[in-house]
Amino acid sequence: MVLSDDILVDIQDLHFNYDGRPVLQGINMKIPRGKVVAIMGGSGCGKTTLLRCIGGQLRPTGGMVRLEKHRVCEMSQTELYGLRRKMGMLFQFGALFTDMTVFDNVAFPMREHTDLSEAMIRDLVLMKLEAVGLRGAHALMPGELSGGMARRVALARAVALDPMLVMYDEPFAGLDPIALGVIGQLIRKLNDALGATSIMVTHDVHESLMIVDYIYFVSQGRIVAEGTPDEIRASTDPFVHQFVHAEVEGPVHFDYPAPSVVQEFLSGGARG
Amino acid sequence: MTVDRIWRLGFAARFMFAVLRYSGASFRRLPLTLREIYFSGVLSLLIIIVSGLFVGLVLGLQGYETLQRYGSTEALGVLVALSLTRELGPVVAALLFASRAGSSVTAEIGLMKATEQLKAMDMMAVHPIARVVAPRFWGGVISMPLLAALFSAMGVLGGWLIGVVFIGVDDGAFWSQMQSGVDFRYDIWNGVIKSFVFGIAVSLIAVFEGYDSVPTAEGVSRAITRTVVTSALTILALDFVLTSFMFRGTS
Amino acid sequence: MNRTVLDLWVGIFVAIGIVALLFLALKVGNLSSAHLSETYVLQARFDNIGGLKVRGPVKSAGVVVGRIVDIKFDTATYEAVVTMDIDGRFRFPKDTFASIYTSGLLGEQFIGFDVGGDEKMLKAGDTVTKTQSAVVLEKLISQFLFNKAAEGQETK
Repeated sequence: MVLSDDILVDIQDLHFNYDGRPVLQGINMKIPRGKVVAIMGGSGCGKTTLLRCIGGQLRPTGGMVRLEKHRVCEMSQTELYGLRRKMGMLFQFGALFTDMTVFDNVAFPMREHTDLSEAMIRDLVLMKLEAVGLRGAHALMPGELSGGMARRVALARAVALDPMLVMYDEPFAGLDPIALGVIGQLIRKLNDALGATSIMVTHDVHESLMIVDYIYFVSQGRIVAEGTPDEIRASTDPFVHQFVHAEVEGPVHFDYPAPSVVQEFLSGGARG
Repeated sequence: MTVDRIWRLGFAARFMFAVLRYSGASFRRLPLTLREIYFSGVLSLLIIIVSGLFVGLVLGLQGYETLQRYGSTEALGVLVALSLTRELGPVVAALLFASRAGSSVTAEIGLMKATEQLKAMDMMAVHPIARVVAPRFWGGVISMPLLAALFSAMGVLGGWLIGVVFIGVDDGAFWSQMQSGVDFRYDIWNGVIKSFVFGIAVSLIAVFEGYDSVPTAEGVSRAITRTVVTSALTILALDFVLTSFMFRGTS
Repeated sequence: MNRTVLDLWVGIFVAIGIVALLFLALKVGNLSSAHLSETYVLQARFDNIGGLKVRGPVKSAGVVVGRIVDIKFDTATYEAVVTMDIDGRFRFPKDTFASIYTSGLLGEQFIGFDVGGDEKMLKAGDTVTKTQSAVVLEKLISQFLFNKAAEGQETK
């Protein structure tokens, strides 16, 4: 097992309720430094909530999130902001600032948090954009970018301050297969180049299996399976099997929980 | 329903204090606020100038019609100037400002919320109220009195244009009656105070509705409607309250 | 930091706004005439001020020389105490007569100074002693009718 010093994010028995409805019910996770970890599960299983708890945007109802030596859920706003300067996050659809150019978007965290000269910022921004292959697009507005390009700009912005932890919320959602492969490779490449740690929330199994070091499967607020990509591919666990092979029947139900059809129609008829 | 309204009112009050608390950056980093003065002030110039001129023209015509029955058309200047500086200038300018600038501020903040830009900013350790909301609030507060003064000035010019240039009221009488009838402290300064208060109210409503909007296309469009309606009601209600404080017992 | 086109527009906007304010203050309002010169305070007591209002004009020989700033009721003498701001350029003799006139038959009321011949001048804070109250139209009419009626009885 890995040494405790090498654990960057340590999550113990995390609970979260949204309006009284339990979303996370006892998550345990240890994410080692330098690795790319994927958290997978169907839509609405609490993956994004988990990410928000790590970033401190949501306060868990129970349990603990530790990042390095900081207990994230007990920090004040000021302390959290201090910590977040060392984090980067890629939002589901990029969340680029629509009133700024691509250049200004990537420069935004640098201008807000550092006293670097404008010339220095220019060099850094162009370097980051070069890393995602969009140096030539620095003068465009976000509205002029394709989905994949916007995602890459957002990626450049997320790593603008060379964070120690990068979080990805559905980095592959809504991308064509080529853009998807590009983003996947970039995530791996940037993680290794920066010496950062990455947590990726996704439901794209095949792309993830190619680039990550470790995978957690989450269903209904609990971790149901975990392992390295090779272990996952070889797994006989019914949940993992269903997910990896995209089967309709299995432990994960396609229907939203509802009373039985007969019951519903009868009571509907009675109400008129 | 009522509980919900009161709940929202409480949130709005807390939001207002948050805006004031995080206002430091709007003044330390002036370009942020200047940009918002441009969007809410400069871009409202045209509508304010044209509307002011037309309101003045109408006041001039109507005032002349009424005053000539009593043979006191030289009082046209006082009539136009007083109605503009005391009431129409601040109120109409604020109503126009709410629908021109207030609605666009609400839309901007609402869409930033809907596309997770505010959350992204928060995640980058930049407070959205300090970076997005406060500059827009102060931009509006600074623009509003200037726009109202401009509206009144254009209105007086419009009244002069109709009264003196077209109808032929005596130029000297028009201005001298106006100057002896309009007091700087009581009439003009009170008008400025009014427009300042309206500016605070409209800007606050606009940023709050945007910030509190439901982050969907429908939610944002509803928030815009609420900004215009709430602003209009607030402006008229505040106008009554302010007027009753300012002009009670004097003149 | 560089100057941008946006700064220029904001500058134009603020300049136009300030010009509009100045226009209102100087051309529309009376800031230029009433508040820029030095003033001193005089008081006058009247039995009846009629419809006199605060901010009404004080005139001498038809020229505005000051403004009424305050009207109070003195409970000791049951008189109205009128405080006036008088333009510092104008001095009036001690025996100046302050009367309340009406401009036109139904116009606004103002205080008129009828200058006497005293060598000594009124100082700031002094009270004008010689005053004449407002003419109340109703009283005048009833007096007139009463006199007519009395005349009629005498001739009988």
